Amino acid sequence: MDDFLAARSQMALSLGFHIIYACIGMVMPFFMAVSHYKWLKTNKEVYQHITKAWSKGVAIFFATGAVSGTMLSFELGLLWPKFMEHAGPIFGMPFSLEGTAFFIEAIALGFFLYGWNKLNKWFHWFTGVVVGVSGLASGILVVAANAWMNSPSGFEYVNGQYTNIDPIKAMFNDAWFTQALHMCLAAFTATGFAVAGVHALMILKKQYVDFHYKAFKIAAAFATVCALLQPISGDISAKDVAKRQPAKLAAMEALYQTEKPAPLLIGGIVDEKNKTVSKAIEIPGALSFLAHGNFKAEVKGLDQIPENEHPPVAITHYAFQIMVGLGTLMLLLSLVYFFILWRRKSVLKTLWLLKLFVCAIPLGYIALEAGWVVTEVGRQPWIIYGIMRTKDAVTPMPGIVWSFYLFSAIYFSLSIIVIFLLYRQIKMVPILYHSSAKQNTEP
Amino acid sequence: MEYVVITFLCLSILLYFLLGGADFGAGIIELFTSKKNRGKTRHTMHQAIGPVWEANHMWLIIAIVILFVGFPLIYTTMSVYLHIPLAIMLIGIIARGTAFVFRHYDAVKDNMQELYNRIFIYSSFVTPLFLGIIAGSVLSGRVDLAANNFVDAYIFSWLNWFSVSVGLFTTALCGFLAAIYLIGECKTAEDKKRFIKKAEYMNVAAVIFGAMVFFSAAIEKVPLINWVIYNEVGLVSVSLASLSLVLLWYLLLKGKTKILRVLAGFQVTMILIAISYAHFPNFIRLKGGEVISLYETIGPEKTIQSLGWALVLGSLLILPFLGYLFYKFQQKEE
Repeated sequence: MDDFLAARSQMALSLGFHIIYACIGMVMPFFMAVSHYKWLKTNKEVYQHITKAWSKGVAIFFATGAVSGTMLSFELGLLWPKFMEHAGPIFGMPFSLEGTAFFIEAIALGFFLYGWNKLNKWFHWFTGVVVGVSGLASGILVVAANAWMNSPSGFEYVNGQYTNIDPIKAMFNDAWFTQALHMCLAAFTATGFAVAGVHALMILKKQYVDFHYKAFKIAAAFATVCALLQPISGDISAKDVAKRQPAKLAAMEALYQTEKPAPLLIGGIVDEKNKTVSKAIEIPGALSFLAHGNFKAEVKGLDQIPENEHPPVAITHYAFQIMVGLGTLMLLLSLVYFFILWRRKSVLKTLWLLKLFVCAIPLGYIALEAGWVVTEVGRQPWIIYGIMRTKDAVTPMPGIVWSFYLFSAIYFSLSIIVIFLLYRQIKMVPILYHSSAKQNTEP
Repeated sequence: MEYVVITFLCLSILLYFLLGGADFGAGIIELFTSKKNRGKTRHTMHQAIGPVWEANHMWLIIAIVILFVGFPLIYTTMSVYLHIPLAIMLIGIIARGTAFVFRHYDAVKDNMQELYNRIFIYSSFVTPLFLGIIAGSVLSGRVDLAANNFVDAYIFSWLNWFSVSVGLFTTALCGFLAAIYLIGECKTAEDKKRFIKKAEYMNVAAVIFGAMVFFSAAIEKVPLINWVIYNEVGLVSVSLASLSLVLLWYLLLKGKTKILRVLAGFQVTMILIAISYAHFPNFIRLKGGEVISLYETIGPEKTIQSLGWALVLGSLLILPFLGYLFYKFQQKEE
């Protein structure tokens, strides 16, 4: 592995882990706020227990999200100094606002976790909401910064110089809204399904069913509604990418030749050497429709893009297939769930549905990672699309390979401990919360 | 607006040193506590820093964001030539933050606790050590942009007497700040006594390492003496720091703890001013006498404008909320 590949891998690894920690940390507070609200309104103790149990998860994920985020703010410079030297002043605006949002989130979390019985109960609830809102704001701002790399704006690039810099324009670049919307819905869907699935599993195991069923309903509500909205956001994104980054769209669909009308490929094996795709299911004209809203429109293929500006086609294509495929599965599961609710059948007795939810635990996160691969790998070979190549941005320091190995080990062991902790938390739920007599007042 | 941005940069570095430093120090205190008292120390510490520790570390993020948005050349020079100590510091930050949370949120208290504790105390020691080394290296004049081999460019830029002395000095100061902070958070007189002892030890260590910083500065030809003695502000602040040291010992021995915190904060602030005032606005001293200055590398005007506004508005939201957090979770004596 050469240093350039090591640097890219380390960045991918750090972001790949951070994205999951951060999504859980930004979505769970909303679940928590709902159940907290129900506790304050209905006075049913089980809602207080759910809130407290979830808050422990939030504390764990906020801390891992915060430290891995701190790591990233340094890693941008450690691995891509040439990029940061020029891009810092242009796309720094969302980061400076994110600093504020993140700070507020940390303060609010301090109030929330340690505020039981110490604060006015509605102020306490409010601090929980602030955790969620500022977390979500942080997420949107960071995605806006990433969107700038896909759709650079707010400056002029003349003779290798970056002039006429306007950080506000850079922040509100063309891609920020579509990317942020898609990311937020993905975060809610993925975390919702993961949380709902874990509670479904505990229901199937017949452990403290009242607790787990109420928790399941809150998480499932968020997950299913967002899974239904996600295709709309996906469609907006696809049309946007077709306009701004034709190379990325062509790679997503492994479209080597420009076609009019262009078919949509489902699955298939990409042969990068011979520039062909075999064994794919073709839907005639569908790509033209998805990209341009017209079944007969022309879609630009990779043949119209200089060879040295092609992204890796196979990875982008496969990742895109995984994302869309899993998204569709979650959409179907949501429809089934709504159907069951509509027919007023008891979810608790529909065991197969609960089992499906258990199977869906990892789907959202796999789709999320795949989607992130599509946007990042699809942007290559550029770090700033059309302006700066990734290989020109990498640090001159040799030996990044070792740093990659080291941080891989750290991230993997961290994740193992986090999973271990969650497993213990979930296992202890009946003991910590079941009998009101043994009530636990610890936060 | 550039003054606003630079003020915020200095402020966030100072606050990170005081608050984040006290926070790291808590782990250092735990490291130097006898096994039998560790449980008690841990309890006091958790009560005291649990609600505020994440907020304390946000100052680092603010400082780093100001650097990479407003002063990209300083940020990238540090990232390239101080890659190794930065990476070690980051590992420390990751290990410490997660271990602190894990030991509290592990639902089963078994021998995993011992693992979390170990990671926590050692990373609490390593992180400020390397933060200090990084700060020392920025001043050391060892960062060599023309170096043509790995060792000169990426190792000796930070591995030298001066940087290491500053690292040790920083670590001792963190321990000292933590001890002073914890004195005010104790619930029993016995705990209080223990932390007063700790504060005394840490203070002695800080004085010793402080002297080492001056000696090593002479060895490495860092004009520290000139900055401190031949500059009025430097001289005044170092004198005030020394005076407050005397007062501080008097109060410690008398067991008067109320104003200790303010005094310790004041003392550390004076030390930072003494070291940096004459050097300002230069930031990084390079090998061969060149410097990278804040004024010369500041980003384009519009960037600084918007960064300044973001910081002003952000602090209007953050500071009252943060102040209330500290006020609300102040431990009361029983």
